[in-house]
Amino acid sequence: MKKSILVTLVALTAMLYAVSAFSGVTSLRGEQDLPSMSKSSTKKKVDVVEGGIERSYDLQPPMISHTIEKEKITINSNTCLKCHSEKNYKKEKAPKAGDSHYKDRDGNETKTVAKRRWFCNQCHAVQLKATPLVQNDFVGAKKK
Amino acid sequence: MTNGTRLGSKALILIGIFLGILLWGGFNTAMEATNTESFCISCHEMEQVAYQELQETIHFTNRTGVRATCPDCHVPKPWIHKIIRKIQASKEIYHKLLGTIDTPEKFEEHRLELARNVWKTMKETDSRECRNCHHYDSMDFDRQESRSADRHDEAIENGYTCIECHKGIAHSLPEGYDPSVDSPGGGEEAGE
Repeated sequence: MKKSILVTLVALTAMLYAVSAFSGVTSLRGEQDLPSMSKSSTKKKVDVVEGGIERSYDLQPPMISHTIEKEKITINSNTCLKCHSEKNYKKEKAPKAGDSHYKDRDGNETKTVAKRRWFCNQCHAVQLKATPLVQNDFVGAKKK
Repeated sequence: MTNGTRLGSKALILIGIFLGILLWGGFNTAMEATNTESFCISCHEMEQVAYQELQETIHFTNRTGVRATCPDCHVPKPWIHKIIRKIQASKEIYHKLLGTIDTPEKFEEHRLELARNVWKTMKETDSRECRNCHHYDSMDFDRQESRSADRHDEAIENGYTCIECHKGIAHSLPEGYDPSVDSPGGGEEAGE
């Protein structure tokens, strides 16, 4: 008698689980299915500005006004300096890396760009042709 | 001449022509087989270093889907130059056997020397292999960035060759080479 009750109980629980399994699982994502979630991102092009981008305030690291995808900065070489070095800037009509870039942290002058200034894109950034996500009325603090 | 010898000489010529085609074709087929990317990177020296670097560059993937493989840049197209390059390649086999650059570290040690060899050759040949695809005649300067157009104009005028400006575009630049003192016409030595 006891045994048959136990068997019925087990069978009932098994049936309950089976029913719930077929009734559809909701993932953590909710009702949203995968493809509808992903909107293709709009691709933005690099803003190429002839003559460079004006600074917004004094001492601002000038922004990069050209593409840099082919430039490479490694421990051994820095191809940005092909144009922006002391020797080549005039010929290439490019702005020269500032004098501050030729000093180490103790103020000693270095022959090449100091290692702490080596990674150009740490301060200088490429700009994209993108409209601001949030409207703002930023005005640079340039001297007139 | 008797009938027999005339027939004999005819047969000889025919066999000669046939053998010639066969041998010449075989030779060229074998040579072309060494002119494929898969042959180049069958050596781990090239596969591990040079080929890995190439894959990050615009000569490997780009918007138009054109790819330059090893021989496109490193093996001349004109037959006589190709043969000369193939004979020179025996030096590469020699160093392959010696294991001169068989680890990335050893490759790095020799990179400056290897790069300078290639730069020197390309300068001497007026960047012939680049010009298999890139011609001034087919460049639309209006569609280039103004700084590129200006520099190309100057290059035509002064007879600069591609490699003088475009070093390290398919492989990493070596330690010991300073792009900041190199300039076309002047060469890297001029700045030192």
